[in-house]
Amino acid sequence: MTEQRQLADRESVIQVNNMNKWYGEFHVLRDINLDVKQGERIVICGPSGSGKSTMIRCFNRLEEHQQGEVSVNGIELTDNVKNIEEIRKDVGMVFQHFNLFPHLTVMENLTLAPMFVLKRPKAEAEETAMKYLERVKIAEQAHKYPGQLSGGQQQRVAIARSLCMNPKVMLFDEPTSALDPEMIKEVLDVMIELAKEGMTMLCVTHEMGFAKEVADRVIFMDAGQIIEQNEPHEFFNNPQNDRTKLFLSQILGH
Amino acid sequence: MTTMIPSQARPTGGSTMRRSVSWLKTNLFSSPTNTVISLICIYILWEILSAVVGWAIVNASFSASKEFCGDVSGACWAFVHDNYRFLLFGTYPLDEQWRPLIAIFMLVGGILISMNRRFWSPWLAVAWIVGFVVMYIILGGGILGLERVSSTNWGGLTLTLILAVVGIAFAAPLALILALGRRSEMPFVRVICVVFIEVFRGVPLISVLFMASLMFPLFLPDGVSIDKLLRAQVGIIFFQAAYLAEVFRGGMQAIPSGQYEAADALGLSYWQKMSKIILPQALRLVIPPTMSTFISLFKDTSLVTIIGLFDLLAATKAAINDPTWRQQYIEGYVFIALIYFCFCFFMSRYALYLDREMHKGMSH
Repeated sequence: MTEQRQLADRESVIQVNNMNKWYGEFHVLRDINLDVKQGERIVICGPSGSGKSTMIRCFNRLEEHQQGEVSVNGIELTDNVKNIEEIRKDVGMVFQHFNLFPHLTVMENLTLAPMFVLKRPKAEAEETAMKYLERVKIAEQAHKYPGQLSGGQQQRVAIARSLCMNPKVMLFDEPTSALDPEMIKEVLDVMIELAKEGMTMLCVTHEMGFAKEVADRVIFMDAGQIIEQNEPHEFFNNPQNDRTKLFLSQILGH
Repeated sequence: MTTMIPSQARPTGGSTMRRSVSWLKTNLFSSPTNTVISLICIYILWEILSAVVGWAIVNASFSASKEFCGDVSGACWAFVHDNYRFLLFGTYPLDEQWRPLIAIFMLVGGILISMNRRFWSPWLAVAWIVGFVVMYIILGGGILGLERVSSTNWGGLTLTLILAVVGIAFAAPLALILALGRRSEMPFVRVICVVFIEVFRGVPLISVLFMASLMFPLFLPDGVSIDKLLRAQVGIIFFQAAYLAEVFRGGMQAIPSGQYEAADALGLSYWQKMSKIILPQALRLVIPPTMSTFISLFKDTSLVTIIGLFDLLAATKAAINDPTWRQQYIEGYVFIALIYFCFCFFMSRYALYLDREMHKGMSH
């Protein structure tokens, strides 16, 4: 409880007010309300097609919402390109399929955005890149191309690439779903370490062990709505909604 | 318990001789039917080759004068000896032909330098523009004490190379702009690019050249005239840019959406995203079809003969119209076919090399 109260006093990083989104006629996100505090670790789960990924992709404008307000760091997301660029500097994103740039080396992948977006000198960008590569334990691969690395290594590079921008919040979009089982742990370890250092994180994942270990809050979504949210102990042991119970029985049942 | 499995050396096929024999057996003589087909093909090949070699080399006359050609049944290569200046420079004044020679060296030299990846930088583009201006001054003259030579007298291989190289140099960047414009989110820009591409792809090059040479001047006010060579050149550039734009667009569409999203998520601007992430990957993908377009551009320059420009093909036609050389039309066409082939083959080999070079390391 004490930790919860601490979080409540902190500043909000992402504030979402009645956000709605449609794909044509299809209502993908319905009345989403969310307040993410600085340093908060949120895990978002739910059946596939429930709008989890779409929701977090609205937080850096990879998707557009049509109704309601989203603000990140106090800047509201609108069509204003300047605002979008400002927000993207502060929001890191890790994708299911890594999306590293295959024509650039690992080092170039990490230094590109700091050099061109943040206008950092090359030497400084490379120093920062090396620091984060060491943190994700992959420094020796700096001069290889992404295609020469394993999936787990690529995802760790992708995490380091986001960290190089020194983001205020990190979005993870099913970061372990495309990985072979033996590589999931190396990526989760990096994410757990990041969480423990106080990074604000929103993570769409089915890794419930990760949720139990680091999350401050678990959000369950279905059919474009936030159905239930709670701190992990309560969420897993005492789910309130029937749909949450069904979902949990399906993924934890065996 | 685990046991180590010793790895074995890969078996080699023995001597070169034995390997070639076994290659022949498996590939050409593996069954009676295959043997028959192989033998027939070898026989046909032999007949064709012996006829060609016999005509072009064994029974040919290589002397510099036509007088000796009566004695031989093969080719009379004196044709080339007597006409090469005409084929290279067209009707350019004889005493001034060192100027188109310099132009040819500049063009070929520029191509050779540009092929080397070490020189790829924005400065190369500047060097090309400066090179074109210098070449124009050298050929056209009128200043620096150079005698004025009208562009109607530029001809032969010089003209073919000018049309092709200037065509490629301007069609490629224009195509890039068109391809980006066609994928733009701004409706106005997109519509302009779509209309441009579809119009120029929808008509044959010949009609573009006719429009440029015959119809376009009718729309100009009295007293204003634009050089015919320039009009044809612009026609070629627009036409090929429309094709190339579609090639480039295809490359951009082949880049997974994740690449665009990752670039967006990192906060790159549109131009940064395109120049650093999307285009470098997209252009690598389309090296082979891009080079195909360049090769067809090079060959299509021969169509300018229809509007009265005097390129390599037109020069050859004129040369064999000379009563002296009426009988040597095969030699003439074979000779320029060889010139065209050398350039085109060179381009396609370079595309192969570049394709391999650019994909080094980034294997998936």
